[in-house]
This record gives sequence, C-alpha cells and structure tokens, in this order.
Amino acid sequence: MARLLHWLFPHPLLTLILAVVWIMLQNEFSAGMAVFGVILGTIIARATAIWWPDPPAEFKMGRMIAYCFVVIWDIITSNVRVAWIVLTVPNSKLKPAWIAVPLELRQPEAITILAGTITLTPGTVTSDMSDEGHSLLVHVLHTDDPEAVRDEIKHRYERRLMEIFS
Amino acid sequence: MNLIVLGNIVTAVILLIGAVFILIAVIGLMKFNDPMTRLHAPTKVGTMGMGMMLLASVVHSFVLGESSMHELLILAFLFVTAPISANFIAKVNLHKRTCVPPPEPQQDEIWSTFDVPDQK
Repeated sequence: MARLLHWLFPHPLLTLILAVVWIMLQNEFSAGMAVFGVILGTIIARATAIWWPDPPAEFKMGRMIAYCFVVIWDIITSNVRVAWIVLTVPNSKLKPAWIAVPLELRQPEAITILAGTITLTPGTVTSDMSDEGHSLLVHVLHTDDPEAVRDEIKHRYERRLMEIFS
Repeated sequence: MNLIVLGNIVTAVILLIGAVFILIAVIGLMKFNDPMTRLHAPTKVGTMGMGMMLLASVVHSFVLGESSMHELLILAFLFVTAPISANFIAKVNLHKRTCVPPPEPQQDEIWSTFDVPDQK
C-alpha cells in the first residue's frame, strides 16, 4: 500500500502545488475544480517523476515561508537603495565588482533557490557557478566593500537555506 | 469618503510607486555603459515594478468586489523565471568578454561557463 502510494504520489508537495495553481487559474473555487486539480497534479507529478530523481531529504515548510518574507522585505529595501544609486551615482564613480561566494550548500534545489534570491534582490546578479559547484559568481552593481556583500549573502540567505534543507 | 473612493486612491498610489520604479529602471538601463551593470536594471522592473502593478490590480479587483488571484500566479511565475533570463544574459556577457573578467573560483578550477569541451 505504501509503495503504491509512493508510486502514485512521488512528490506530494508538487501535487499539492499543482492543484493549488489549477484552482487559482480558475479564479473561483468549487469541489469539482479541486478534484480535477488533484487529478492533474497526480498525472503531471507522475509523468515528470523521472526528471526529479531524488526529492530533498529534508524540507522545513515553516522556515521556507519565513525565508520568503525575509526575501520580499530585502527586495523592497534594496530596490530603494539601487534606485538611489541609479539616480545619484555617476558612471565614473560607479564601482561594480565580481564576487565569488563559496558555497556550503550541497543540494541542487537549495543552490537554485540561493541563486534565484541573489538575482531577485536588486543590486546583485548571479552569473555563474564553478564547475564542481563549490562557489557562485555574483556581480554587484555598486559596492565599496565586496567582502561585506559576500558575508551578507552567506549570513542572511545561505545560513537560512541550510536550516531549511537540513 | 466611501470604500470605493478609498480603494481607488490606494490603487492609484500603488500604481504610481510601481511606475516610478519602472521609470528609474529604464533610466538605469540607458545611463549605465557596461552590459553587466545594465543587467541590474531589469531585475528592478521584474520585482518591484511588476509587483506594484500587480498589487494595484489585486487591490482594485477586491474593491470592486470581484476577488482575483491571477496576479499572484503571474508574480510567482515571474519570480521563478526572471533569474534564469538574467543568468543567461550574464553568461553571454562572460562568453563575449564584454565585461571585466571575473576572478578565479577559490576551490574549483574554472567557472562552468568557460568549461567548454575542446573543439577539434
């Protein structure tokens, strides 16, 4: 029974998310919609299961939601900061920099989330990853102290992601 | 002052904030002279500008009494896909050498963009 359940729902969270997305796409809620959403979620999760070989061993949903709020707050504050840089700092005084962020995270999903977070926060863009996956290449728009930016990324985002995925 | 007027004012203010951020991003896009720094402008439009526009749409639809959730989906899809396009543009810049060359990675040998198989 457990094996059948596992075969039918290889990624329960994916099924749930797909069902919720389906209901949101309809923009109205009814029981039929919900059932159809769950059916779709099951079929799609089953059909794409070969491309998701190993689900992350640990995933703490509550901490992930808290992380989302931290990121949204950072997006707002750094938007204002970058807007100020755009309007006030002339091109000749702009100090863009490359920084290499050494990674302690090992899970591909966690590294993807970290890279996406860095790009979504204005002022920093993830550009590349080293061939063995031990560091990320990040471009910073304007900074006096590249090391401080690197430490902030490590303390603010990577530490939280380590807690979520461990 | 009834609820609809208040809602309209809130919608207008949010729209205005979003428009200002998009305007600043466009100024940045035209002002910066290096492809990598220019790349920072679209990330602003993608997050704050679009976020504010969609938030205005949500507020407006709730004021009119027809709740709409599509905007949250648009925002979620945008947030998932925007970093990928930014990443590709950055990789093109790295390949074309149109930017300052990046430093070497610390533990590994090479950045994966430059890790191309030998062509014979």
